[in-house]
Amino acid sequence: MKHIAIHPVERAPAAGCGCGADPQRRKALKAAAGMALLAGAGLRPAQAAEDGPRTGDWLVLADDEAKKPIGAADVKLGEKPLIAYPFDPAAKAVRDGSRMNRILLVRLDPGSLDGATQPRAAEGVVAYSAFCTHMGCDVNAWVAAEKVLLCFCHFSKFDPSQEAAVTGGPAPRPLPALPIKLEDGKFVVAGAFSAPPGKAA
Amino acid sequence: MNRTPTFLAAAIALALATPADASEPRPYPAVTDARLAQPEPANWLSYRGNFSAWGYSPLAKINERNVGKLTLAWAYQTGLVEGHQSPPIVNGGYMYVTTPGSQVIALDAGTGQEIWRYKPQIPADQLQLHPTNRGVALYGNRVYIATVDCRLIALDARTGKVAWTTKVDEWKNGYYMTLAPLAAKGKIMVGPSGGETGVRGYVAAFDAETGKEAWRTYTVPGPGEPGHDTWPAGDSYKTGGGSVWITGSYDPQTGLAYWGTGNPAPWPADQRKGDNLYTSSMIAIDVETGQIKGHHQYQPNDAWDWDEVSAPVLIDTTIKGRPVKAAVHAGRSGYLWVLERTADKVNYVQAWPYVNNNVITGLDPKTGRPAYDASKTPGTGKGAAFCPGLWGGKDWPPEAYNPNTGLFYIPANNNMCGMLPAGENVKYKPGDLFIGYPLDGVLGSVRVPDPNQTVGELQAWDLKTGKLAWAHKFKTFLWAPLLTTAGNLVFAGGTNDRMFRAYNATNGKVLWEFPAPSGVVGVPSSFEVDGEQYIAVQSGWGVDAERVQGAFNAILPERKVVVPQGGTVLVFKVGK
Repeated sequence: MKHIAIHPVERAPAAGCGCGADPQRRKALKAAAGMALLAGAGLRPAQAAEDGPRTGDWLVLADDEAKKPIGAADVKLGEKPLIAYPFDPAAKAVRDGSRMNRILLVRLDPGSLDGATQPRAAEGVVAYSAFCTHMGCDVNAWVAAEKVLLCFCHFSKFDPSQEAAVTGGPAPRPLPALPIKLEDGKFVVAGAFSAPPGKAA
Repeated sequence: MNRTPTFLAAAIALALATPADASEPRPYPAVTDARLAQPEPANWLSYRGNFSAWGYSPLAKINERNVGKLTLAWAYQTGLVEGHQSPPIVNGGYMYVTTPGSQVIALDAGTGQEIWRYKPQIPADQLQLHPTNRGVALYGNRVYIATVDCRLIALDARTGKVAWTTKVDEWKNGYYMTLAPLAAKGKIMVGPSGGETGVRGYVAAFDAETGKEAWRTYTVPGPGEPGHDTWPAGDSYKTGGGSVWITGSYDPQTGLAYWGTGNPAPWPADQRKGDNLYTSSMIAIDVETGQIKGHHQYQPNDAWDWDEVSAPVLIDTTIKGRPVKAAVHAGRSGYLWVLERTADKVNYVQAWPYVNNNVITGLDPKTGRPAYDASKTPGTGKGAAFCPGLWGGKDWPPEAYNPNTGLFYIPANNNMCGMLPAGENVKYKPGDLFIGYPLDGVLGSVRVPDPNQTVGELQAWDLKTGKLAWAHKFKTFLWAPLLTTAGNLVFAGGTNDRMFRAYNATNGKVLWEFPAPSGVVGVPSSFEVDGEQYIAVQSGWGVDAERVQGAFNAILPERKVVVPQGGTVLVFKVGK
């Protein structure tokens, strides 16, 4: 059986996601993550291409054959989001086995970020799952007038300064947020997604 | 868990107590070419009820006199959201509907009792640009479903058991399937969606018995094939679009199937100079061999996303005193096309606009080739406004033809115009969007010249005279697959007030309406079980109807309408 990526949800930073406030849910998610690891152990290498981002991963553009890590200068204010995959620097492998691993990067005015978004951002650059929570299309468009992310397929809108809250369209929940930081000028994954990526059932 | 033995015992007791004949499955009449060519009035065996794609039921027990007493016989909730567009297809009291996610549900057509339900596993990370499915094909003792992840699956009609599965294409490259297959001459035919993901369209045929591929005919010709020179040199043909996502019609006398094809890719026409055969066209394919025997291209070098995927409706009629085996198509361009089908050719007969079109400045009287107004043609670096807009005068919702009234019914949208911003050069990446316009520009593309004008129009055309017999106009847009019946009725939903309506087929008067749980964008059908006539349709708003509503909500926020989602099969009969 092909392993389907299950993204362990780690404990978010103190100021981070609301999921930390629910110990029952956290426990359940930890248990699920543990089961996934057990189930996976005998079936696949420890780091499969389907795996989601891990702390310490770099980010590379989804269509970059050179696999150059994305740096601070690559993400510009007012421009549409970049679509990236996590890159395992030790194995030198792009984690592109599942479209659910796609990550968007967009630069915002640091002063516009809400309390939960700010600690996940790196110099105003925020990262979210690019896999729309409605039907799984790429969230890769930018509506400059509203400063919101747009999914072309069904026009769901997300406010990246407010934890990617849904501001329009059929998406049932925000885009999962991914904490990032800057190390030696390049973006590095600093924690797990705030919630598992995936589309509505 | 400790209750299981009790349950088991009860179940066994019940089984033993039930008379054997009651548990016997209803006999299933095998579906043959002869039956598909001449379906009994009681059954609705294929997407449009007959090979000619009329959307017509010869049943007349429900008629203009008693339709006001139409009442719900039964309903069945699918438990799913998004677009429920497939017709309830009925054979010998078995009903088959499909849902988003390519599920097939077999129901007792008289009672709504579930017989079986097939749930294919769809990849969790596949994007769903058009989350819908438009129905099954019936052939022999099997039911065929084209899945969104590009598999063709044959199921036993009585049990739902998988007979075979054939991979048609690679979904990771942006190919997906939403159409009801076409079954004829021992073959099951399908084609791919993906006009916005740079597919190279085709019609492919598979052996109904084994699932083995018989032929695959591309709608974009390759090197050495006729029409290849209508594409720029290089690889543009490999990503040229021409998707196939609506079931073809079929003429059993000539063995030719008639398919509509989608827009060329990417959208800016100057990025693929030439006519771009056979995109935005109708093609006649020999079902035996897959050979293209004729074609008509509605829009050479299309620039407006005017997919012409609706298959033509096959009508033998008289035009200007001459008998014509016609292939009639209400185009996305807003032109009503009358073509002539022969054994080895498709001839242009006549065409005229059924809604306002400000792009086409004229048609060649011999060939029907349109001339375009360059100022209404968007392209790379050049925005333009045009009517009709991206969703056309009519999108995929099928027209209907009633042989008794002689009228051809069109679910039209008038003065629903569009505006695209300057196009941009786009590089093809397998599985990604391949459009060529800023995406928020596509979202904001709908324009209505006058917000107080009506938009939706249910139109009835007399093909013999080319005159509009009647039109019922709506303040909102219309997304209404049609059914017409020998009871002198036309059935249509498609409005954002969730109504499903019956109209007098002769004069367009509304005779009955029913507030459905969700908007009705499903293809309606009619059938008979145990002497009772039923009208069936799925309610379940989504996909492009929702997209257009979103576009209207954006430009006219004071009239914002949110249509609830959720699929329900609705079956009506005349109340006592």
